[in-house]
Amino acid sequence: MAIIPLERKPLTFVERTYVPNIMAGLKTTWKHFVRPKETMEYPEERPAIPPNYRGVPTLVKDPNGREKCVSCQLCEFVCPPKAIRITPGEIPPDAPNGHVERAPQAFDIDMLRCIYCGMCEEVCPEEAIFLQQQYSMTGYTREEMVNNKARLYELGGTLPDEHFKWDKKKAAEEHGNDRH
Amino acid sequence: MVEFYNQLHPVVQGVLKGLAVIMVIFPLGGVCSMAERKVSAWIQGRPGPNRAIVPWAAWIPVLGPFLQRLGLFHVMADGGKMLFKEDPLPGHVNKFYFVLAPIVAMIPALTTVTAVPFGAYLDEAGRVIPLGLANVDIGLLAVFAVSSLGVYSLILAGWASNSKYPFLGGVRASAQLISYELSMTLSVIPVFMWINAPGRESTMGLGRVVEFQSGAWEGFTSASWGGLWFVFVMPVSAFIFITALFAETNRQPFDMPESEADLVGGFHTEYGAFKWGLFFVAEYAHMIVGSGVFTLLFFGGWNPLPWIPLAKLVAWLGVSSPILVGILSITIFLAKVLFLIFFFMWVRWTVPRFRYDQVMEIGWKKLLPLAIANLLFYAFEIGALQTAQPWWVHAAIGVATLLALVFVVMRPEQKLAA
Repeated sequence: MAIIPLERKPLTFVERTYVPNIMAGLKTTWKHFVRPKETMEYPEERPAIPPNYRGVPTLVKDPNGREKCVSCQLCEFVCPPKAIRITPGEIPPDAPNGHVERAPQAFDIDMLRCIYCGMCEEVCPEEAIFLQQQYSMTGYTREEMVNNKARLYELGGTLPDEHFKWDKKKAAEEHGNDRH
Repeated sequence: MVEFYNQLHPVVQGVLKGLAVIMVIFPLGGVCSMAERKVSAWIQGRPGPNRAIVPWAAWIPVLGPFLQRLGLFHVMADGGKMLFKEDPLPGHVNKFYFVLAPIVAMIPALTTVTAVPFGAYLDEAGRVIPLGLANVDIGLLAVFAVSSLGVYSLILAGWASNSKYPFLGGVRASAQLISYELSMTLSVIPVFMWINAPGRESTMGLGRVVEFQSGAWEGFTSASWGGLWFVFVMPVSAFIFITALFAETNRQPFDMPESEADLVGGFHTEYGAFKWGLFFVAEYAHMIVGSGVFTLLFFGGWNPLPWIPLAKLVAWLGVSSPILVGILSITIFLAKVLFLIFFFMWVRWTVPRFRYDQVMEIGWKKLLPLAIANLLFYAFEIGALQTAQPWWVHAAIGVATLLALVFVVMRPEQKLAA
């Protein structure tokens, strides 16, 4: 790399008095003084959250109100900080969703452990767990910071579904594959 | 009310007046600390402290939220915190002097106010009588003498803290004060040479300086000099004075005694709670008094505009009550002082802190020769004006001063022999 010697010019008389530069500086700070402020005043103003934001992990239901999680426990296995704890359960065969067979009995996500990596969302074969736009989790006790199943569904709500996998399976069982 | 006050013993009157002034200076110091936070925030693009509010103020529809946004209740919150938090007394300090230092800081800061007139009223004869605690003849000398004592508190604090950084801060404070005191005093001598003749009374009084700046526009004659404020007549004096004032009050860019970057907290590293707060109220009181002196000397005191003295404004407005005139003059004076304090804060976020050797060099090698040249220029110039010399004499004085200044200040940097 070529070395370019820069000649440092000696300061002129006016520059050595400091005064013009201080005046220029005062002008700059004055501009900042009158300019609108940058601060977002948080609790009143909220930042715009982009749709692909990785917030608090939640469980979602499909548009028919069916809980999508089938307690396969893949998220529990993949979770790097071991924040997810699932107790698998079964759906009785005579229930409306009996053909799904399995649903979590308990589903806890410890938000004191969660690192918001999104691997649970990535691994989920049922598209049941999503990191949504909720970014602020607070609580006064450790217990409050563990989201149980009810809370996870409350946070998650219902997301649109493209596949209706289990409905199709049920339809195929009943009518054969020619329905599609 | 007025009759009751007038029949009181003079000592009681004095105490009441003093208390009244302290009751203004003290909260003003607190408000200044909030203004410091707000101005800092605004210059940095933040809204600054704007959350605290007391319930009764929240009930006021528009004013309450406005005051909240202005951070006014943070002043009370800060003060309350200072009062009630634990007041630590480290084990390794010299306890007597450690406690004495903040007290010594407050005393000169509040004492200097006595010699500073802060307003005026018109008596029956239409003469302007300055309002002040004591209209002492030595005026400015008293202010200089007492305000310089303030540095003892920094030295005491630095020494009594019995640890390195406070000690360095104290040493720096004393060196800096001595360096800039000289230029400051030299810079105001031209003002007093200009307004005084030998044998006058009260030659160093600050009221007299304002009286001189209260002239009206008399056309392009020498009488019009009186209405022009000294900041226009003697810009170099004003520049030296305000620069030295920054150094004297330990404000950025001259806050060597407490430069956080290299000395933790400087002289107040070991202090906390109310004692620490006292140092800051003292600093702000110094700033207020210093700005007041600058206003009196160079900004025309309580005169609203150049060539528009207070008496003229009063005549236009048609106010005659001495109390109203007094309030008006104090308002004008305080507005100028507060503007100067804003200027202090504005400069704080503009000019970065000088290095210690730069402070010394500016003080001794730049400002002091400039102050001496300025003094000599005005001494010869006033002499030439009074003896009505032809124009080339004035030109010769100016050229000679400039040449001497260039020779002294603007010499190429000399490398010190190792």
